[in-house]
Amino acid sequence: MWRNAGFGERAWAFSVWLFTGFFLLNLFALIAAVVVDSFGTHWFATWLPAGFTTRWYAMVWNEFGLAPLLIVTAEVVAAVTVLAGLIGVPAAYAMARREFPGKRAALLLFLLPLLVPPFTYGIPLATVLYRAHLAGTIGGVILANLVPTVPFVILIMMPFIDQIDPRIEAAARVFGARTPRLFARILIPLFAPGILSALLLVLVRTIGMFELTFLTAGPSSQTLVVALYYAVFAAGVRPAQSIDAMAVVYMGTTLVWLLVTLRFVNPAQIVGRTGP
Amino acid sequence: MNSAAPLPETAAPRAVARAAPLRTRLRARGLDGVTLLALPAVLFVLALFVYPFLYGLYLSFAPAKGGALANYARFFSQPFLYDTIATTLLLAVPVTIVNVAAAVPVALRVRLMRHQRLLTTVLVIPITLGTVLVAEGLLTYLGPRGWVNRLLLDFGLSDRPIRLLHNYWGVFLSLVISGFPFTFLLVLSYVTGIDPSLENAAAILGARARARFARILLPLLVPGLAITLALSFVQAFSVFPSAVLVGAPAGATRVIAIAAYQAAFEQYDYSMASAIAMLMAAVQLLIVVALLMLRGLVYRGPAATGKG
Repeated sequence: MWRNAGFGERAWAFSVWLFTGFFLLNLFALIAAVVVDSFGTHWFATWLPAGFTTRWYAMVWNEFGLAPLLIVTAEVVAAVTVLAGLIGVPAAYAMARREFPGKRAALLLFLLPLLVPPFTYGIPLATVLYRAHLAGTIGGVILANLVPTVPFVILIMMPFIDQIDPRIEAAARVFGARTPRLFARILIPLFAPGILSALLLVLVRTIGMFELTFLTAGPSSQTLVVALYYAVFAAGVRPAQSIDAMAVVYMGTTLVWLLVTLRFVNPAQIVGRTGP
Repeated sequence: MNSAAPLPETAAPRAVARAAPLRTRLRARGLDGVTLLALPAVLFVLALFVYPFLYGLYLSFAPAKGGALANYARFFSQPFLYDTIATTLLLAVPVTIVNVAAAVPVALRVRLMRHQRLLTTVLVIPITLGTVLVAEGLLTYLGPRGWVNRLLLDFGLSDRPIRLLHNYWGVFLSLVISGFPFTFLLVLSYVTGIDPSLENAAAILGARARARFARILLPLLVPGLAITLALSFVQAFSVFPSAVLVGAPAGATRVIAIAAYQAAFEQYDYSMASAIAMLMAAVQLLIVVALLMLRGLVYRGPAATGKG
């Protein structure tokens, strides 16, 4: 019934697509500009650089200390992902399976860190971590990054657990399985697909989490994004191409994991929705 | 494990006599070993989210010198500080309106598309990459030697490179690039939640696209749009990296997050920094509450009757 649309409607549809195309074109051009520049020797008043080289990547490796940076990033991301799963999944199970007094309050408690932007609570959080002598350490960065990710795991896992038949667990209980055994033998295998997507989302979000890491990291506990921020901030100290090379390294790391994640997850879940 | 109760979960009786043991009575109210699994997460969020917020609130009223309100008095007496609220609103409000206004028509169109997944996948990329990378991309892409200025100069559209960086527009664009996809994905999830048979019915009764939008879709979308507006605004209001990297952090884009950051990490005045963070939260809360109240005025019942 949309076929016999009038001229006005078709013109409107066309302009909507035109806008979308324009946005995507600029998005791609923006990313392409970074990639091209990172391989360029010199780039002045031309469409493309004068020549191509990989020496900026060698420079990033040597001068930015890329290797330790990647190690710290991997440590932070791995720890956050595992801990968010360990704290979040059991909590999601309890929230999905039990009605208890204060459940609505608990749900609100888990919703808040996802609704309040990280920079707003990051400042008081960093203050508390400084008082506890944890800021500046990897431990502090991990703790700070767990604040939005634990609730995120809970809110992703709750609807997933809801749709699994509780009679399976009841049967296991009847046969004498206690809670730890129930988790190991029944629940973890059943929840595996949900856990996998929740943890992959946590992983991708933690690689890209700038604000909390920035506010709590010290020189030796920076992740890739924060180091990129400082590199761009101190532009002029290093050649622009080497900063773009650094950006490409960050982009590559993120996009590889994003691709892996999107094999299992609906893109809409990246913004924190659990589906329509 | 002793904490695991001897009875199977589903056999828990709903009404238990007063004389029953404590464990049985607790279980009847839903408190047993399984419920305790939520405890670590609750304690964690209390310790690292609620406590810091309350501590920050307390700290903001305990300045290094002066009375309890000294920080707030200083904030509202120095244009250098109180101007940041207006500066941030001047960025966040137009950006939010632009993003939502662009996202609604695109989402309504994409809803009819077969291969939505490709577009949503592509649009997830800028969200995942984050504002720091978008800022670096804009510096290369919009810079005086970038492709945009190359195009303008080579086609004679402008006789000198246009300045889109290190001013208001740089931050504005960065907020659109990372904010539009976010807004779009949120709106799309609300739009696809509207039962298509409602619109079909209107079309059968002869309603044109414009009437279908104004009379059917928009009223059903309003609750979702209020939440989208609130979330997009809150994100834009706490802008930091792009305001520094592609903005004018000492001038036109000295946003409130910069003031809070400088107080904390340049002057080491955590009390003042906490006060600014609390004001930031207060403005965000105020706008969100206002939006949700507006939503309450026009809300006409559940928006979705499930996907048809």
